[in-house]
Amino acid sequence: MDAELLLTSMMTLASGIPLTLILTLASLVIGLVLSVPLAFLRTSGNKYFSLPVLAYTYVFRGTPLLVQLFIIYYGLGQIEFIRSSGLWYVLRDPFWCSLLAFSLNSAAYTTEVFRGGILAVPSGMIDAAQAIGMTPLQQKRKIILPIAFRGVLPSYVNEVIALLKASSLASTVTLLEITGLSRKLVSETFAPYEIFIAAGILYLGLTSIFTSGFRVLETRWLNAPPKQAAPDGIIAKQVVHGS
Amino acid sequence: MKKHGFVVAVAAVLMSIGLAQASERKAITIAAEGASPPWDYIDANGQLVGFDVDVGKDLCARMKMECKFVPQDWDGIIPGLLVKKYDAIISGMSITEKRKKSIAFSIPYAVAPNGIVMRKSIPVPPMDSAAKLDLTEMDAAKQETIAKLKESVTGRTLGVLRSSNSEVVVNELFGDVATVRSYDSQENIQLDIISERIDGGLGDYLTWKQFLDSPEGKDVAFFGPQLDGGPWGPGAGIGLRKEDTDLIAAFDKALRESIADGTLAKLSVKWFGVDIAPRLKN
Repeated sequence: MDAELLLTSMMTLASGIPLTLILTLASLVIGLVLSVPLAFLRTSGNKYFSLPVLAYTYVFRGTPLLVQLFIIYYGLGQIEFIRSSGLWYVLRDPFWCSLLAFSLNSAAYTTEVFRGGILAVPSGMIDAAQAIGMTPLQQKRKIILPIAFRGVLPSYVNEVIALLKASSLASTVTLLEITGLSRKLVSETFAPYEIFIAAGILYLGLTSIFTSGFRVLETRWLNAPPKQAAPDGIIAKQVVHGS
Repeated sequence: MKKHGFVVAVAAVLMSIGLAQASERKAITIAAEGASPPWDYIDANGQLVGFDVDVGKDLCARMKMECKFVPQDWDGIIPGLLVKKYDAIISGMSITEKRKKSIAFSIPYAVAPNGIVMRKSIPVPPMDSAAKLDLTEMDAAKQETIAKLKESVTGRTLGVLRSSNSEVVVNELFGDVATVRSYDSQENIQLDIISERIDGGLGDYLTWKQFLDSPEGKDVAFFGPQLDGGPWGPGAGIGLRKEDTDLIAAFDKALRESIADGTLAKLSVKWFGVDIAPRLKN
């Protein structure tokens, strides 16, 4: 094991961090924005709303992300109709293909995470919201969503970490993020041991930053200190027990 | 006592393996990339076939060894040899100074040129694609040809095989004017040329030729001269571990025999349609 090579390759691989972060964060944001309405449709009593969403999450959670990426990148590129359409401006670029695959995959997982959170909201709270005359949209925005989100925060953090690591798959469609750069460097040095360890350390650093960031949120939202307004504390406790 | 006996037995087995290896090998494992027809590729039955495999079988018969072929992705093919996942690489690998720092090579078993391809729809001034250009010693005329090539690829995107010599060459010659994308297999480069994600690529001439002759490659053509020398070195050799001096000597001897009796040339014509077997000196 060559410690110097490990350090120098870490410096080189660090230039892949921005792309890894952009891919992860952008897919997370898109996945989050998509998953909130999808989760409400998924929990809806109306089959015409819930079944299509179920089909979507079933397919995207039931197939490997690598396969989804290959279908979007190499698969769609084979279809003449797509190549001649305006869509090709986006799909010809490996970055957008990766972003599309990661976002759709993340939205599917996050939808199911939120569904669990929405179902765990105590019915008494929804009754109370109705009793004081809130519209269905107000109930969702002010009562159900905040409580659901707090309840599922730990599961959501898992999804964030999983996506960060899954972003390494972008290297298979020629993107030079951390893993792509590692493979390039291995081909130049024939020293996979040091270089993949360096890549591993970088990923570990990033996941540590993500987890500690979310831990701050978790302590603020889930274990509200006693001096805060009492009702808030009670709600939080109930959610913890209820989830 | 029991435990002790076990340790002795294990040690004895390990020693006998070590001795067997040091004295005479009966069987070896050979790696090939398996995605660069006609050099080596996986056929419809899932079997590794191609020129490299036939050469390997011929040499193994001459060395009186049993050989097993395994496919291995290109970017891990040298590390895999070093950690003894297999004993030899026969995969159209060019003998280069850089690779020689990590592994040893047999004498060359094939001398094959490389080439640039582009989609036919791309407007580039025509160049003689039958001409040959050896990158080893550059002179004014060669520089001029390179400058012409450079002008044509400016602003274009070229695909190369990751950790290939073509990757080195394309970065060195055109890295400042063209976008270079590195792929994990030749097939994926071809897919992206057809789907117009990239404009062309640089790689093994004979592999391109097979692609260009196929229905999928009908809209793609060679562009510019056949390239060799420079980073590509003296030709393709069999990659071996430096410490396996017995195996290096055995492969060299078998290769010389195969070149001398014309078997290698025959195999080359079978797979490539041309003779790319090296000539024996002295």
